Amino acid sequence: MSPAKATAVKRVEATGGPSGETEELISGSEAIAHVCRLADVDVITAYPIRPYDTVMQCVSQMISNGDFDCEFIVAESEHSQFEIVKHASAVGARVFCGSSGVGWFYAFEALAVTAGLRLPMVAMVGNRALDDPGAFGVEHNDALAVRDLGWMLAWVSTAQEALDTALIAYRVAEDPRVFLPCAISCDGAFLTHSQAIVNVPSQEMVDGFLPPYDRAEKQLHPDNPITIAPQANEDWLMEMRRQNDMAARRARDVIIEAYEDFGAKFGRGGEPFIERYMMEDAEVALVGMGTLAMPVKVAVRKMREQGKKVGFTRVRWFRPFPTQELQDALGGTKAVAVIDRDYSFGSTFYSGTLTNELRSALYPLESRPKIVSTIAGLGGREVTADNVIEIAGMAFDVAEGGDVSEEDTYWIGVRE
Amino acid sequence: MAEADVQNLEDFLATQVLDPWKGPKKVPAEEYFTSGHRTCQGCESAQLMKLMAKAGGPRSIVLGATGCMYVANTTYYSTPWQIPWMHTQLGSTGSAATGTAAGLRALMRKGKMKKEPINVIAVCGDGGGVDMGLSAISAALQHTQYNLLILLYDNESYANTDIQVSGSSPYGANTTFSTPGKARRIMHRRWKKNTAAMLAAGHPECKYVATVCTAYPVEAMNSVRKALSIGGPTFIHSLDPCPKGWDYDPKYSHELGEIAVETGIWPLYEVEDGKLKMYGRSKRIVSGQFKRRPVREYLERQGRFAHFTDEDIEFFQAKTDEMWEKWLLPGVIPFAEA
Ligand SMILES: Cc1ncc(C[n+]2csc(CCOP(=O)(O)OP(=O)(O)O)c2C)c(N)n1
Ligand code: SF4
Ligand SMILES: [Mg+2]
Repeated sequence: MSPAKATAVKRVEATGGPSGETEELISGSEAIAHVCRLADVDVITAYPIRPYDTVMQCVSQMISNGDFDCEFIVAESEHSQFEIVKHASAVGARVFCGSSGVGWFYAFEALAVTAGLRLPMVAMVGNRALDDPGAFGVEHNDALAVRDLGWMLAWVSTAQEALDTALIAYRVAEDPRVFLPCAISCDGAFLTHSQAIVNVPSQEMVDGFLPPYDRAEKQLHPDNPITIAPQANEDWLMEMRRQNDMAARRARDVIIEAYEDFGAKFGRGGEPFIERYMMEDAEVALVGMGTLAMPVKVAVRKMREQGKKVGFTRVRWFRPFPTQELQDALGGTKAVAVIDRDYSFGSTFYSGTLTNELRSALYPLESRPKIVSTIAGLGGREVTADNVIEIAGMAFDVAEGGDVSEEDTYWIGVRE
Repeated sequence: MAEADVQNLEDFLATQVLDPWKGPKKVPAEEYFTSGHRTCQGCESAQLMKLMAKAGGPRSIVLGATGCMYVANTTYYSTPWQIPWMHTQLGSTGSAATGTAAGLRALMRKGKMKKEPINVIAVCGDGGGVDMGLSAISAALQHTQYNLLILLYDNESYANTDIQVSGSSPYGANTTFSTPGKARRIMHRRWKKNTAAMLAAGHPECKYVATVCTAYPVEAMNSVRKALSIGGPTFIHSLDPCPKGWDYDPKYSHELGEIAVETGIWPLYEVEDGKLKMYGRSKRIVSGQFKRRPVREYLERQGRFAHFTDEDIEFFQAKTDEMWEKWLLPGVIPFAEA
């Protein structure tokens, strides 16, 4: 995609959202670039890899046009890209970064220490299949790889949600009760490169929602000559890990608070951790993340027209994992079919990571729904409404005691 | 000059003016690297940390890569640092410096932090700088809008992990990854990278690159002070005798540094604003006023070369002679004119 195209911002007249917002026809990447501007981010580092890099093309253009001011550094690798902003964050700068696929993995060491150091970096992951073979399309394995490290992980399904979630991410990550990094996952191509009408808030609205980043006594500065991350072993490390665990636990309430305030100020945002679509009386539920929502919702409506009691639960935050919400949403169903856009080779029943997490979340329930594990849409392959209907059919089958096994994983739309 | 560039220059924050200290008696007593570390007796790298902190003074931030100067030097609950210090990853020295300087610059430029020149010094070992972090250091030296110093302490091995050969280890050295054995005497056959000159030659916009040795402490401190005052990214490479890795009695640390210089194995020079200046004994070697001591006097003092035969020593001598007799710029830039 040419830089010009990536950053072509078309202004659409008048407002649709609350007063002070403008409607713009933009992609998910551009929506997040707007958040960089509105949050007055201080240091941004870039490195090229598709599809996330459209966000950096947009940032670059905003800077060169004088719409936004920050230290914008094109690093010589993703490792440096993430290390640079990590250190900028330690001196008190608000930072933004991002990557995709193997680029995210090239930065892996930096990703681990950023969470370990409790630095509130906000990053965009344009989800992409890992090499080899080199493929551009979406898979969720890149972002999911940091799930154990303390990173908060959100998956969004529209450009509007990308913008809103990025604002919320800054507020939550930089809350001293949390001080953990947050990555916003946008499905490659489906979201990074697809345009939609988005309500872009005004500076005043954002300023009223997002306080300045303040590291206080943790700021690295000659006025505060602290030593950060001195070497520690078994005598102290476990206490430090426990502190990170407590921060990750506290993140839950801080996220809920942030969505409440966002809802009050912006008139949207929805339920914090999950989206429930036609779930009220659903006997069978589909579960997935990201832009899968589109074909799944189409399929759910079709099946509803045929009188099938089916709904969809979209996981919006993977970390912290919405255990309680999923228990609540799915506990009353007979069967759940999970659509993983990722793989975890050799894992329990060969399932993807979302299925494995969901299974353990539902385990304590008195009456558990049966779980059908599926993998679909790898490498950006389209998941069609028909695929979804097929998956839902398997869930109905397992609910009625049919042949579909709970102890296997079904690859959908694959040539065997 | 383009309008944007003028703006850029205006935004450029001034550095601290750190004048050279004229002799040891002029050096202030205040220490910013004090007790609390547990490096080996005779550790010249720890000595370099002390000199660096003194030279930079209280308005400095230090970033330290993994290695002895982290693990042995900066331990939880007993930090020796009186100035702000933060760990960085083994290959991140350049990025740590750039990120810290960029963060400060952004905050000051946007009025979110009081404007003042703060020294940013990032430190790494030879494993961290000569090998793993070379690309990030190279990138840092290209970003001329940031004031920072990268200080490479070269103990000529991955010392902290139990002395393994690095791209900066001398030819033939006995390390735990290059132990001489019955079938092969010389396991490490690479010649030491010419790091400082490579960085100076490769980054013509970088205003200051120097080599130092802690055997000459006032010169080393003044080099740090110049690097911090001159503006933009700078690089200093220090040769630090390491009793554990080089296998000698710690009381000879200082002397070994001197012999490294006097044999011509470690040339002392500064490249300031594009001009090369040899200094100390190295200057007198080039001008012919000082006759290089034979490398044998250096090699035979260290256990890491104990397996060397006369042939190995002759090879080492010949390679060292080449540096001074054949190189385009003696001791600094290789390749003779064709
Ligand atoms: C990415 C990574 N790989 C390996 C290590 C293991 N490690 C810790 S210290 C060290 C030695 C570094 O050598 P050098 O930079 O020369 O510093 P020295 O230990 O000699 O002071 C190594 C390899 C690490 N910390 N990080
Ligand atoms: S091994 Fe060498 S560099 Fe490390 S603490 Fe000991 S003397 Fe210093
Ligand atoms: Mg070393």
